[in-house]
Amino acid sequence: MYDNSVRHTKTLEPPASQRASRTGGITATGLGKQFGDLWALRNLDLHVAPGTVLGLLGHNGAGKTTAIRILTTLSQPTEGSATVAGLDVVHQSAAVRDRIGVASQQSTVDGLMTARLNLLTIGRLRGMSKAAARQRGDELLEQLDLTDFATALVKTYSGGMRRRLDVAASLMGNPDVLFLDEPTTGLDPRSRGDLWQLLADLVREGTTIILTTQYLEEADRMADDIVVLDHGETVAHGTPDGLKARIGDDRFDVKVAAASELVAAASALSAFAENDPTFDAQQLVVTAPIKSGVRVIDIVRALDEAGIDAIDITRREATLDEVFLALTTDRRSHQEIPA
Amino acid sequence: MSNTLMTDATIFARRNLEHIRQVPEKLTNVTVQPLMFVLLFAYVFGGAIKVDGAGYKEYLIGGILIQTLAFAMMGPAMSIATDLQEGVIDRFRSLPSRRSAYLLGHYFAEMLGSILTIVILLGTGLIVGWRTHAPFLHVLEAVALLLVFATAIIWLGLWLGILVRSPDAVMGIGFVIIFPVTFISNAFVPIESMPNVLQWVASVNPVSVLIAAVRTLFGNPVSPVTKHVWPIDHPITAAWLYSLALVLLGWVIAQRRYRARTTD
Repeated sequence: MYDNSVRHTKTLEPPASQRASRTGGITATGLGKQFGDLWALRNLDLHVAPGTVLGLLGHNGAGKTTAIRILTTLSQPTEGSATVAGLDVVHQSAAVRDRIGVASQQSTVDGLMTARLNLLTIGRLRGMSKAAARQRGDELLEQLDLTDFATALVKTYSGGMRRRLDVAASLMGNPDVLFLDEPTTGLDPRSRGDLWQLLADLVREGTTIILTTQYLEEADRMADDIVVLDHGETVAHGTPDGLKARIGDDRFDVKVAAASELVAAASALSAFAENDPTFDAQQLVVTAPIKSGVRVIDIVRALDEAGIDAIDITRREATLDEVFLALTTDRRSHQEIPA
Repeated sequence: MSNTLMTDATIFARRNLEHIRQVPEKLTNVTVQPLMFVLLFAYVFGGAIKVDGAGYKEYLIGGILIQTLAFAMMGPAMSIATDLQEGVIDRFRSLPSRRSAYLLGHYFAEMLGSILTIVILLGTGLIVGWRTHAPFLHVLEAVALLLVFATAIIWLGLWLGILVRSPDAVMGIGFVIIFPVTFISNAFVPIESMPNVLQWVASVNPVSVLIAAVRTLFGNPVSPVTKHVWPIDHPITAAWLYSLALVLLGWVIAQRRYRARTTD
């Protein structure tokens, strides 16, 4: 008896050889999905190497969830093709489902069952034995800090606890590829940090992750590659740093003494700026993306000549937020021009 | 790695039974409600309704059995509508489990409820004085007919649950359909006591045919046929045909609707 249970424990972690042979990558070629007249997703090309993280960014309705639904076999593409773990999502959907874990935006755990029973049910539906499913479930509850609530009904859970249980459920089958649709929405900062750590560990072990998020900090921190979607189309694709470098010239933040000086400061800066400077009237800061080659001393001289009382001048890299806004607002104004 | 269809269906059925364990009130419509109906009709209305032959209680049980089983359409419809609203079906669909196991699991769980209903109704009937006056094989045939009818109703309920978009809508639609269909029949009063137009409606109503078949097989009083149409004149044959056709119909439309609803 005792020997048996020990052996069980060991079989839970796949042997190193199996880990190493994981082919958890994702590819998509010209993937598109049409609902009626509307293209929810169009011309999506992806190449996600095994053991890396792709961040899908975009506003609500940009096509992130549609992309995830196609890749997780829940939705059929109208055009194009995709593979997950080397398997075609349309023609080998059953095999794909065997290799993936999915935590969708809606909480899909069962409120009328305990956390433990939820995980047991999911493990059993994956074809695990009762003992293996129970053990894997308890392991995940421990990892996601839910052990104390393992036997509580899920309907009594807070939003953040449900979210973590969703992630646990998606990990039941030791997936090669993990799809997380806004995994940290509703989590407090500490839980968010813990989850990031857990995901980083999984990636180190070879798991491939696609995550959608509205938190650019999350994409910046987690993702090796980022795809920005807007109105179903890919507007940018690259590493977080690459995107910042490509779209964002360095920013200058100029803090002035009084609100009355904001406009004058902006016009002094505009000679050096790529785009119109922006104001933060609360903080008394003017921000401008500055053309390459411009030196701090040039800015200081211009401000001085205009007689502006600048308290502080900072040169910094563009944030991903600024990149994201630049990418998506441009397109939006384009699309709103009537044909 | 993947399970057989039956294993998956059993796992889904257990999930439904677990819901009942957590919220036992869910069982009231298959336990307390039929019991209440028997007592109300037997003792409140029973004195006012005259039936030829044996007493009203002998007349009542056949009607209440079919009426309660018809109302059992709401259970599966509510469960499915709730699952769809909460998005749990997507979770199950992203697992390597059999797609059709989900509906089959619901059917198994609901069928247990319907069997419980039949047992409670027959038990309560015996307590208030209902008896069968027929050979044992006929009584068995009646029970078999009830089980087939219950199967048909559950599949129709599963279809309804996928069709509508929320549990609230199920309540509304369910009551609007099932109340008139079960009451404009021979379930509680003899058809001859109704206005002429309703007599026609009640006579062609499959519910009347099923009830007449169950009463005949139990050897209980059957209300006189006033409008002669083939089904009500041959209740046992017609009831089997109706039930089997409804099983087929319910199964086909539930599967088709489920496939359509889970494909985009």
